[in-house]
Amino acid sequence: MSSPAPKSPEQSEKSKKYDRQLRLWGDHGQSALESAQVCLINATGIGTEILKSLVLPGIGAFTIVDGKKVTEEDTGCNFFLDAESCGKSRAQVATQLLLELNPDVRGDYVDENIDQLLENSPDFFNNFTVVIGTSLIERTLIPLSKKLWDLQIPFIVCRSYGFIGYIRVQVAEHTVIETHPDNQIPDLRLDRPFPSLKKYVDSIDLEAMEYKDHAHVPYLIILYKYLQQWKAEHNGQLPKNYKEKEDFKSTIRKGIYVDEHGNPEDEENFEEAMKAVTSSIKSTLVPSHVRDILDDDSCINLTSKSKPFWIMAKAVRDFVENEGEGCLPLCGSIPDMTAETGKYIALQQIYHNQAAKDSEVVFRCVQQLLHQLNQPPDTITEKEVKLFCKYASSLYLVRGTSIADEYDPKTLNAQNIAGNLENPENTMVYYVMLRGVDRFYSEYNMYPGEFEDQVEPDIVKLKACISKLLSEWGCGPLAKDDYVHEICRYGGAELHSVSSFIGGCAAQETIKFITGQYKPVNNTFIYDAITSNTATFAF
Amino acid sequence: MDKMGSGEGPDNLQYRWCHLRKVLERTGPFCHPDFEPSPDNLNFLMESCKLLVIGAGGLGCELMKDLALMGFKDIHVIDMDTIELSNLNRQFLFRRRDIGQSKAEVAAKFISTRIPGCHVTPHFSKIQDFDETFYRSFHIVISGLDSIVARRWINGMLISLLSYKDGVLDQSSLIPLIDGGTEGFKGNARVILPGITACIECTLDLFPPQVTYPLCTIANTPRLPEHCIEYVKVIQWSKENPWDVPIDGDDPQHINWIYEKAMERAVQFGIQGITYRLVQGVVKNIIPAVASTNAVVAAACATEVFKLATSCCVPLDNYMVFNDVDGIYTYTYQAERKEDCLACSQVPTTVDIPGPEAKLEDLITVLCESPKFLMKSPGLTATIDGKNRTLYMPTVASIEEKTRVNLKKSLNELGLEDGSQLMVADSTSPNTLIIILKFASPPDFEME
Ligand SMILES: [Zn+2]
Repeated sequence: MSSPAPKSPEQSEKSKKYDRQLRLWGDHGQSALESAQVCLINATGIGTEILKSLVLPGIGAFTIVDGKKVTEEDTGCNFFLDAESCGKSRAQVATQLLLELNPDVRGDYVDENIDQLLENSPDFFNNFTVVIGTSLIERTLIPLSKKLWDLQIPFIVCRSYGFIGYIRVQVAEHTVIETHPDNQIPDLRLDRPFPSLKKYVDSIDLEAMEYKDHAHVPYLIILYKYLQQWKAEHNGQLPKNYKEKEDFKSTIRKGIYVDEHGNPEDEENFEEAMKAVTSSIKSTLVPSHVRDILDDDSCINLTSKSKPFWIMAKAVRDFVENEGEGCLPLCGSIPDMTAETGKYIALQQIYHNQAAKDSEVVFRCVQQLLHQLNQPPDTITEKEVKLFCKYASSLYLVRGTSIADEYDPKTLNAQNIAGNLENPENTMVYYVMLRGVDRFYSEYNMYPGEFEDQVEPDIVKLKACISKLLSEWGCGPLAKDDYVHEICRYGGAELHSVSSFIGGCAAQETIKFITGQYKPVNNTFIYDAITSNTATFAF
Repeated sequence: MDKMGSGEGPDNLQYRWCHLRKVLERTGPFCHPDFEPSPDNLNFLMESCKLLVIGAGGLGCELMKDLALMGFKDIHVIDMDTIELSNLNRQFLFRRRDIGQSKAEVAAKFISTRIPGCHVTPHFSKIQDFDETFYRSFHIVISGLDSIVARRWINGMLISLLSYKDGVLDQSSLIPLIDGGTEGFKGNARVILPGITACIECTLDLFPPQVTYPLCTIANTPRLPEHCIEYVKVIQWSKENPWDVPIDGDDPQHINWIYEKAMERAVQFGIQGITYRLVQGVVKNIIPAVASTNAVVAAACATEVFKLATSCCVPLDNYMVFNDVDGIYTYTYQAERKEDCLACSQVPTTVDIPGPEAKLEDLITVLCESPKFLMKSPGLTATIDGKNRTLYMPTVASIEEKTRVNLKKSLNELGLEDGSQLMVADSTSPNTLIIILKFASPPDFEME
């Protein structure tokens, strides 16, 4: 070929290898991933499955903490411990086999029990992006939960117990700019057109058009025109209820050209306009969940330690109160629609330019705020502000609760449990079971049903543990014993396919925290592989 | 105390499978009514049960690992693909040095080495290369495919293995199909008991329709970068044909050429947003994929295989969807059988045609576009005046040429009438399907 191929950054080896995921979280998501450091406590089957789905997409580094030696039992549910490794350090073998998956990832291990580590190296966890814990007993879980809560490091606790899987996410505060909602409602501002939009659409005369042009006017212009007409006839009000919207649609329908026999012409753009009435004809408002963020204390009262999210939120708040006249910065993109190229591109430009103007106002405000807060001016880039403004209507904030509080009957949200247990088959029953297993382990130092000749007596003991727990929580007794029998059947067995299911889910939750994209689960997820159902509870 | 697994295990590590033995040698309140707790359950998995995994890609790699660690020891895998660089972010049995090699062979070797005692047999071939005898030899078939056509084909194959005595299904001829699929952060897992529960063809409408752009848009009124890329792909390439070959999405020169031309067109129309990545995505119809979703969906499938093989729980009935974009969401429901399913209903399907004046090509369009059929390029034969006649056969060039004239003929001219039976062959099924013509307007035979 004569013309030399353009050197494109897309062709690097790395972007080829990660192509299928870069299409989801983008290059910026990937670079966040590549600078992340993840700690796994205990290289159990479920633990190595989580790391597998983090090493493959290319996290920066991982560290495994585990003081145990590989046993034969381990090799029956853990793909990253091989048959020859029995007797060796579990942390070491898992680290080696996981590192084979991706040469871009660094990994190391600490061949030490987590309890010792907590005692001997209290600063060990300070620099991790996310910490993942598996196979943690209550005595270890509580201090670890407190420590990571104070350090504000997201902590993900996972369990694979027989046919039951469990994920608990602990995070003090987490904010998301790119939530990637499935159906984004377009931000068209038809109820309050900005000047450049008004000027452009007012220059177009629908009725004077030939059929071919008329059938290729973007529906956005059609909606605008008929809305002006409607408002003029209805004291400036929008069509509000169902009936008015139907009436509005029929006025649009009347605008469709007819042929010489009086039959309506085929005008797809008018059909699209009528279809869009329900979603696009509405007052432009700040959504209530965004209002809550803008009214949050962290937004109003910035400090020198405020995070970029809150500084940008404050700047957007100022925008809404001033230039925005009650509205968020314009999103700036419009949906695709049947249209002739020229008019569509013109509209696209108009929305894009207005969004750029809005985000520039916000960016100037951000710079002022950084100056006032004594933070370096490059703390927040213009690109970040643009992104924040573009997704302003789908921002997300979650403030979690700590596991330590959940395990303390004084601070546990017991009503949540009691309410769900009104249906004795609610998945919540497995939460109670797993808490019962924790209590059982604390008392007897083994899992109920772990030993073949102890299953029957363990059923009685586990029932007693659960009754005690429920009464501490002020909940009534369980309606039936079936679940206790089933849990004792497992005897602490780890089934690989259950571990792998939870491993995949937990890895994705970790990626959500690292990239700051997508909404994490809030905050307890239970998988019942018996019926293939799952449930999410907030503690 | 006697620890589980002290007996002689089926392999030399006597405690290795104690996890599985707990759920297989003890009973529980949620077991399948047929379940008998016994060491025989694990012995069956290890000594007798034979599984077929179709696809050694994102789902296939996970499936083989999961099944091997759930105690299965005789696993076959079919995949016709070779390993590429872009597989390595999720297909964890492959390394950079394996690029270009058979996925099935590399995966099989890896599993058999990592888990001693487990034997994976690779088949570096197409599913269509095997016949009924091959498929009949498996207890359960698990598919982890990205192709809908291949899914439909294996579905048709397993249905053709069913035998009926006096209209009653012979249970021993039934081979369950566990099917998984993923796209980005979404996925699904389902259990198909051919002839009993909804099959792939019963639920064809569940597959997302492929994104297509109307030709007039890409030619006359492009608005999106995708329109410019499609224009180069479907119009400009065949016109200018720079290398005198069809487009190869894996050839960087081809992609570069399309990228440059699409860029020119975008500039001409003032369209923004053409990137190399987007060009590649549109040309190759790339579906985003991550390791985590593959792990979840494959695991859900493997759990169902374990349940079916051991009866230790009631299997999924019959469809689960998964999405972890916003929290973690799943939904389990019973997909329904279609009474007149083309594949599994045993009722000949009718195809609605306006009347005898419709042309053969109109009939073919209906077979390709109707949501009931969604065929790819059907070949048609019929018995007319006692003779077997090939009406149209697209797959063999010489017969295609001879039968092409029939496309423009009306059904009437070809001797077909309301109620005529047609034999249809298509890549979406291993079997010839019988369909019955149904004219919308009644035939006017009494008008002489
Ligand atoms: Zn069917």
